Amino acid sequence: MASFESHEHDVLIIGAGGAGLRAAIEAAASGVRVGLVCKSLLGKAHTVMAEGGAAAAMGHVDDRDNWKVHFADTMRGGQYVNNARMAELHAKEAPDRIRELEAWGAVFDRTPDGRILQRNFGGHRYPRLAHVGDRTGLEMIRTLQDHAIHLGIDVHMEVTVIALLKDGARVVGAFAYDRERGRFRVFRARAIVLATGGVGRAFSITSNSWEYTADGQTLAYNAGAALQDMEFVQFHPTGMVWPPSVKGILVTEGVRGEGGVLRNKEGKRFMFGDIPANYKSQTADNEEEGWRYTQGDKNARRPPELLTRDHVARCIMREVRAGRGSPHGGVFLDISWIKERLPNGAEHIRKKLPSMYHQFKQLADIDITKEPMEVGPTTHYIMGGIRVDADSQMTDVPGLFAAGECAVGLHGANRLGGNSLSDLLVFGRRAGKYAAEFAKQQVPGRIDAAEVDGIAKRSLECFERGADGEGPYHVQHDLQTMMQDHVGIVRKESEMQEALVKLIALRKRAEKAGAVGNREYNPAWHTAMDLGNLITISEAITRSAIDRKESRGGHFRDDFPEKDPAAARFNVVVRKGADGAMHLTREPIPPLTKELAQIIEEEK
Amino acid sequence: MATTTALPPTATFRVWRGEGAQAGFQDYTTPISDGMVVLDAVHGIQADQAHDLACRWNCKAGKCGSCSAEIDGKPRLMCMTRLNQLDLTKPVTVEPMRAFPHVRDLVTDVSWNYRVKQRIQKFTPRSPDAPDGTWRMQQADIDRVQEFRKCIECFLCQDTCHVLRDHMKHEEFIGPRFLTYVAALEMHPLDTADRTAELKQADGIGYCNITKCCTTVCPEGIHITDNAIIPLKERVADRFYDPLKALVRLVRGTPAK
Repeated sequence: MASFESHEHDVLIIGAGGAGLRAAIEAAASGVRVGLVCKSLLGKAHTVMAEGGAAAAMGHVDDRDNWKVHFADTMRGGQYVNNARMAELHAKEAPDRIRELEAWGAVFDRTPDGRILQRNFGGHRYPRLAHVGDRTGLEMIRTLQDHAIHLGIDVHMEVTVIALLKDGARVVGAFAYDRERGRFRVFRARAIVLATGGVGRAFSITSNSWEYTADGQTLAYNAGAALQDMEFVQFHPTGMVWPPSVKGILVTEGVRGEGGVLRNKEGKRFMFGDIPANYKSQTADNEEEGWRYTQGDKNARRPPELLTRDHVARCIMREVRAGRGSPHGGVFLDISWIKERLPNGAEHIRKKLPSMYHQFKQLADIDITKEPMEVGPTTHYIMGGIRVDADSQMTDVPGLFAAGECAVGLHGANRLGGNSLSDLLVFGRRAGKYAAEFAKQQVPGRIDAAEVDGIAKRSLECFERGADGEGPYHVQHDLQTMMQDHVGIVRKESEMQEALVKLIALRKRAEKAGAVGNREYNPAWHTAMDLGNLITISEAITRSAIDRKESRGGHFRDDFPEKDPAAARFNVVVRKGADGAMHLTREPIPPLTKELAQIIEEEK
Repeated sequence: MATTTALPPTATFRVWRGEGAQAGFQDYTTPISDGMVVLDAVHGIQADQAHDLACRWNCKAGKCGSCSAEIDGKPRLMCMTRLNQLDLTKPVTVEPMRAFPHVRDLVTDVSWNYRVKQRIQKFTPRSPDAPDGTWRMQQADIDRVQEFRKCIECFLCQDTCHVLRDHMKHEEFIGPRFLTYVAALEMHPLDTADRTAELKQADGIGYCNITKCCTTVCPEGIHITDNAIIPLKERVADRFYDPLKALVRLVRGTPAK
């Protein structure tokens, strides 16, 4: 083991998107030595793709907003299987986290009186999303990045962690490789924060980049932590569907927030036809009222296009399946129509949605100020993840923390748009704070040299197979297609059972995949190593989805299309057993505190 | 530019492979289809012919600035370069950025950029405007800063800048990306720091002779030269080269800083 490059930090943060950066800032501010591992270059993580905004009940645009309404909206959107304490902390702390960004240099769009402007988004009762046009994520990650680089944090760019190292029950380090030279690295740490994002690469149509291969979830699972709610995957209703090479790329919900409408090929605004009972009282029943809402009329109710993402995605699927879809298998999303209502409509669209304008113009030859976009659902986010303590973000494994998309709890069965960016800030900060506190109380742990040598040896085996092994890209592609077909947006028992069988075969293929070339910046090797994570997490998603015999939020079962009230009382949890197999349990959701129950009742 | 010309079934890409003195072009012919971008073709080559072909990418939507390369000699994002914009009758060359040390294939070592940014005086806000610790800013006052903050740090402007690319003045000149970064800080309504002296000395703004190549290649359409660099040059000129002020300083014996 002596030959491996070694680093020592008090707190090691794995992942450098919004949650990881925010955690690093907080930990560094408390005086501990912090290491930050990025799978890509700093500032390129998926947070950069977030478009619409960060939800925080600041009440700048509508002063009726407050944390209670935000809390109730988050719980309603999550169909009440959320961790209520996390939803409470999130709603209470998000405004301060946004203001803090301003103190660090973020430049949000403004209200006429010079405060941070807020916009409408699906499932949020009042305009709540602090934003910068449609590039809020870029603003956020850059602000955090530019603040963090002056805090003495050690940044390890283009490094991938492949195992967590434990000393007894406690996590004490991580084993990784660097992309550039393919050399292994040992990180010693007294506390570790996982902030690795999502799992989108397990599906073929996704808005996620190559990085989102369930690294954190699998690292935690293999280290003995519990994964929860893995059946809840968010299929964002509006991804690009044409041309084929851009299929899945996100089209922000902000388009609908600014007045964009969904139509089928008959020109009908089909969302008016299917408004769920628990949203009826908050949803406009005519086009005129919906339009007034998007233009800031406080007496108007929101248009049905701004219902929650799970619902809108299913309505789009229904239209497509009924043969009422657009030419390339989606539906039409039209923002250009607002020119009928606004004298400078085209200009307004370019100003409010510049990167959407850009994206369609350049990638699809579509001018969104003149014609509708074609859109369809795309795998976007996973609500499920590593189970953590609501306040401290510590997992079941002492010394191991998780925050952001790879953790679970805030979003329940369906995440509201805009709640992710605020999630990263609120819980990234908490994870950093409590990880630093934990680290200060620890003595260094012992790392098992034989264990590390074993991991290194196993991760190089694909080179021994070389060109005789199957190409890792093909295995990944087949996995993605299988998961999309069998455990995608509409699920049923028989197909998912079949998926479990296919996953066994895919794992065998993954174990025999080969990598050609040498270790230096070799994506074949990297892909081969990511496969194991993707397959483990696909199994967790599939098993959890089989177990939840109802439809709720992002989880829709063709064979159980209704919600089952009894299923609102538990979360599905998976753990790695001593036998190495995946074990699944249903764990009861603790009852709401009196105060929170009352808020939900009042805000109904 | 709605071009609807049908694409041929395959195209040939002349890709820079290898590292160090052994590196060179290699041709790959790969199937192509409607709407494809150069990054798709590179991925196709990677999946079927050259599994270990190294390239950076993330978002595939022009938002992260990872897949910068030189395509047919022009610095561009591979994910935003449609094949129907290229001449496919001859091989399309795909090379790494040339202004940075080469790592392997299409990957370069861009770490210099991160070191440069760290040197620049950080954002230093004035005290809050309101008792609750918040500030007030008008949209009109932040429009120009927001233009600079659109930067995705693809470093294509650095790649094309002759001061860096041809003259290798990396130690003396921070390049268009970071002049834009300084402009975003200097023109931020809340910022109180003064970076004029460092612009002149450490940042080497004088090296820029406003050929506007950076503006031409910016995938975000930021007016780097006109809106960022020239106003900063004016600040430097005003502080250090105004003859009247120089006379006053001479009389008072106080140097410019």
